[in-house]
Amino acid sequence: MAIVTPGFRGRRREMSDRLPPGQYLVDDFPVLSAGPTPRVTTNDWSFTITAETGEKHEWSWSGMRALPAETPVVDLHCVTKWSKFNTRWEGVSLDTLLADVETTADYALVHSYGGYTTNLPLEDLQDGKAWIAFRYDGDDLEPEHGGPARLLVPHLYLWKSAKWVRGMQLLHTEELGFWETLGYHEYGDPWREQRYSGD
Amino acid sequence: MPRVRAKPLPWRVAHLADAREETATARTLVLQVDGWPGHLPGQHVDVRLTAEDGYSTQRSYSIASAADGETIELTVQLLPDGEVSSFLVQDYKIGDPIELRGPVGGWFVWNPDDTQRVLLIGGGSGVVPLMSMVRARRYAGSDAPFRLLYSARTPADVLYRDELSREDDITLIYTRAAPTGFVRPPARLTRLDLPLMVRPQPRIYVCGPTGFVEAVSGLLIDLGYDAMNIRTERFGPSGV
Repeated sequence: MAIVTPGFRGRRREMSDRLPPGQYLVDDFPVLSAGPTPRVTTNDWSFTITAETGEKHEWSWSGMRALPAETPVVDLHCVTKWSKFNTRWEGVSLDTLLADVETTADYALVHSYGGYTTNLPLEDLQDGKAWIAFRYDGDDLEPEHGGPARLLVPHLYLWKSAKWVRGMQLLHTEELGFWETLGYHEYGDPWREQRYSGD
Repeated sequence: MPRVRAKPLPWRVAHLADAREETATARTLVLQVDGWPGHLPGQHVDVRLTAEDGYSTQRSYSIASAADGETIELTVQLLPDGEVSSFLVQDYKIGDPIELRGPVGGWFVWNPDDTQRVLLIGGGSGVVPLMSMVRARRYAGSDAPFRLLYSARTPADVLYRDELSREDDITLIYTRAAPTGFVRPPARLTRLDLPLMVRPQPRIYVCGPTGFVEAVSGLLIDLGYDAMNIRTERFGPSGV
């Protein structure tokens, strides 16, 4: 039973069915990171998928940009409570990148430049649910938002959409990432309000 | 590998025990929280407000106080058109309940047992979690060398002015208007305002609006500070 705070009425009533529980809608695009923005140029950038067998698949920037790209329009939900609707991205689907990777792994641990990591079940990166995104709203992705490229997994809280992404390991057993070892939920479904460990 | 399932963080009822006006637009809420488990400086809480008709909304706020039994303090800055901040700053009355859960966040924290040198750099209300660290250091009687660099728009925007004036190693920087007689002209923080890098490097905590944190952490890297030693917390619009 919720406690009513006397005098509080609230003003914004976006009780839209597109807004997960506990979230509020914003128009701008706030930034959250644990450390300084890493300085990564497209010349230095590469993306590597390492299968559980140790087999590596690597793409340079030009190799990534030569792949067919998609232009998802998605809603974002940050664990810090803001949501933003209809964000426009351009990127390569993880389905395209995983097409030639032989794996029976169930989990992925995603790595970023700067040392950030996050974990997801591999199936959450498949079937049109995830992209390596390099353009946002018609422009190259700004460094503070993860440029040159970030993971985009919009059906989970935004900390799963690792900025400055550089690769992922495929694993048979789940390994927790950066925020997940610091008390945030290991899966992070905004619709089940899985913000913190145990939610 | 089986994992022990953590217990969910419960929503707790908090009552407003006292309140202080810090500036014309910022108010410190002294909250009595039933069953509060304690916190580390730098952590935050989720606040939930529910209206009589059942509408409810949540926000996150940094804790300003050091651990002190079941009492915590939040300093809330009034935001333009802020649905929750306008209530908490202007209308929330002594004795009334809110719900909160926490503490949350295990990265932007200082442990009072740490002896490493610390550099705190705050912009605007980004000073709030840093104040929690300054207070925790004092309460713990810690000898860890602390230095705070605090960038405010004008003298009227400075939070915790009297308390900070009693601390050593506090440097105030004004970006829009400085007090009379203040030597440094009002301007944004530059590399000249930052201490030169020395070894061993301090642990650095930077908190403020995104533009501030981006600029300061960039300057620190230019000065030779290692990104590994820099922890950041950003808030507010990104300017996109």
